[in-house]
Amino acid sequence: MVEETIARRYSEWKMRCPTHLCTGQEAVAAAVGQVLKKDDFVLSTHRAHGHYLSKGGNLSGMIAEIYGKETGCSRGKGGSMHLIDLDVNFMGSTAIVGGTIPLGVGLGLSIKLKKTDQISCVFFGDAAVEEGVFYESVNFAVLKKLPVLFICENNFYSVYSPLKVRQPEGREIYKLAQAIGCQSEQGDGNNVLEMYNKVSSAVNSMRNGGGPYFFEFKTYRWREHCGHNYDNDLGYRTQEEYNFWKERDPVSIFETFLIKESVITKNEINKIEINIQNELDLAFKFAEDSDFPKDDEAFKDIYAK
Amino acid sequence: MQNDKKRKLNYAQAINEAMFCAMEQDESVICFGLGVDDPKRIFGTTSGLKERFGPERVFDMPTSENAMTGVGIGASFNGIRPVMTHQRLDFFLLAMDQLVNNAAKWHYMFGGKTSVPIVIRLLIGRGWGQGPTHSQSLQSWFAHIPGLKVVMPATASDAKGLLLSSIFDNNPVIFIEHRWLHNLEGDVPAVDYRIPLGKAQRLRMGEDISIISNSYMTIEALHAIEVLLENGVNCDLIDLRTVSPIDWEMVYSSVKKTGRVLVLDTSVSTCSVASEIVARVSMECFNDLKCAPARLALDDCPTPTSSALTKKFYMGAEDIIVSVGKMLGKKIDISKISMQKAFPHDVPGDWFKGPF
Repeated sequence: MVEETIARRYSEWKMRCPTHLCTGQEAVAAAVGQVLKKDDFVLSTHRAHGHYLSKGGNLSGMIAEIYGKETGCSRGKGGSMHLIDLDVNFMGSTAIVGGTIPLGVGLGLSIKLKKTDQISCVFFGDAAVEEGVFYESVNFAVLKKLPVLFICENNFYSVYSPLKVRQPEGREIYKLAQAIGCQSEQGDGNNVLEMYNKVSSAVNSMRNGGGPYFFEFKTYRWREHCGHNYDNDLGYRTQEEYNFWKERDPVSIFETFLIKESVITKNEINKIEINIQNELDLAFKFAEDSDFPKDDEAFKDIYAK
Repeated sequence: MQNDKKRKLNYAQAINEAMFCAMEQDESVICFGLGVDDPKRIFGTTSGLKERFGPERVFDMPTSENAMTGVGIGASFNGIRPVMTHQRLDFFLLAMDQLVNNAAKWHYMFGGKTSVPIVIRLLIGRGWGQGPTHSQSLQSWFAHIPGLKVVMPATASDAKGLLLSSIFDNNPVIFIEHRWLHNLEGDVPAVDYRIPLGKAQRLRMGEDISIISNSYMTIEALHAIEVLLENGVNCDLIDLRTVSPIDWEMVYSSVKKTGRVLVLDTSVSTCSVASEIVARVSMECFNDLKCAPARLALDDCPTPTSSALTKKFYMGAEDIIVSVGKMLGKKIDISKISMQKAFPHDVPGDWFKGPF
C-alpha cells in the first residue's frame, strides 16, 4: 500500500528523487522483518522501502525523506535510496550495487567483538552477486563465523538486463554462496510463511554461533526499475512472464491463505487496510507540511564532530 | 616530561607506540590488514600488538581490500574503531568504492546521524625498484573527496601524535606513511599526546620564501634549508601534516609574509595537492607575491623501476635549492650537498637494503 500510494502520487512531482518501488517483492522483507529483533542490524539497497518498514523504520521519516524535507530520516540528504533509522538499527541503504554487503559483515564482526547475540542482516539483489565484493564479503563472514544473514532477492532483472545475459543459465545463485562455504538455501520469495520458517530456523542457529547464512528468494518487481510507472511496453520482458508473477501476488496469496485457515476475516483485513491508509495519509501530510532544509544545510555535516 | 623530550624513537616505533597507546585505553580499537601479525609486522609498526591485545582485535585478513574496507566501515557503525593497514597505497586502490561511496558519504548522506571512525594506513614505497605499482603518491585522490581527512606525517613525533588523533577522530582518516620515513629518528614523548588534524606546523622560520611541504619532502626541505641558510637565504618551512583539510590560515600568513612560495609534493604534478596550494595561494595572496609560485613534484609519468631511471625522476634537496635560487635570482652552490650523499640515490640511507 505504501509503494502504491507513492506510485499514485509520484506524478505530483513533489517526490523529486530516484525512487525504486518494491511492489511484488514485499514478502521477502515482511518475512525477514518478522524474524529479526529490534536490536538486530539491517542494511539494504536502492530498493529499500520494504526492508526499512519491515524493520520498524519510521514511515513519516521515510516519506518526508522522499519529499526532501528536513524532517526526513536522512534530513533531506539521502532521498529514497538512502534511508536510515537508528532507533530500530536500520543502519542505512545505498545505491551502489553490492555496496552494503561488506558493511553487513562488518556489523557481524562488531557483534562478535562485543559478544552479543544480535544478527546482522543485509539485503541485496541478484546483480550484487556479480560484484567482486560479494565473494570477498561472504568469504570473510564464513572465515570468522560471523552472524550475518545474507538475503538475496532474485527478481531476475538488473534495471532492464535479464539474468540470462548476466549469469550462466542453469546455475543457481544460492549455490555460489554454498561454494564459498556458507550455509545456503533457496526459497519462494512470494511465499511469506515458507520464508519465515526457513529464516527463523537459520537465525536461531546463528544466534547460537552457527555462522553466516545465505538465502536466495526468487521474486518479481512489478513496476519499472526506477519510478512509478509500469514498463512492460519497453519489451524487455514479456507480458506472459509479468502475468505469471502477478497472479502470484504475495500479499493476496497470503490473505487468501489466512482467511481460509480462519486466522483472520476479510473484515479484519479491511480494518487493517484502513488503519494503514490512515497512517499513510498522516505520513504524507507530515511530509507535505514539513519544511525544506535551509539551503546552507547543503554544506553542513561533511565531517562528524 | 623533561626526559620524554629527549627520548628517541624512529617513525615506525612511534607508529607502534601510538597503536599500543590507543588500544590500551580503548578496547573498541582494532587493527587488521595483510601482514599485521606476520613475522615482519609491517616494518615493525604492528610489533607486539597481537601478543598484547589478542587475535580478536589484531588479525591478518583475506586479500580482499574492498570488502575488508567495508567490514571496517560496518564495524565502525557499532562503535568499533578499526585501524586498517596496507603495505602499499597502490594495493588499496581496489577499495576506492567502499572508501568513496560509503566511508566518505555515510555521515553526510544520512543527515549527520552516524559517522565512520576508521583509520586506513597506507604506505608509499620508494626506491630499490619499487616501480609503477609500489610507489604511487595518490594523496590528492583522497584529498579530492569531501568527508575524508588525509594525514601525512613527516616526523616520528608527528607520526605518533597524528595517528592518535586520527584513531580518535570520528571521521574516516587516510593516514599516509612514506616508507623512507620509517627509520628516521626523532624526539617522541612516551605519553599520550594528540596533534590536531587540519593544523600545519612551521618547522623553520624565515622571511625570504615560504616552502610548503608534506611527508618525506619535508625531510629533503630540511636538508636544503641548511644549505640555503649558509647562503644567506631564510626559508619559512610549513609542513602541512594534514593535506585534507589544509591549514590555509598558516599557508596564507606565511606567503603574505615572504611573498614567495615553493610547494613540494611527493606525487606527480598534475592535479596534485601542490597544484591546489599554488592555485589557492595565487587567488588569495596574489598582491603579496613577488614572483610566480612554483611547484616541485614528479613529472606526470609512472614510476620507473631501474635505478638508472629513478635518478632524475625524484625531487630532492638539490632541486629545492636550485628552485629557491631561481626564485630569488641567486646562484647557490649545490656541490656540498651532492658530496654528502655517500649512499646510492635509490635508498634513503645505509639501513635500507630492500626488498621493499
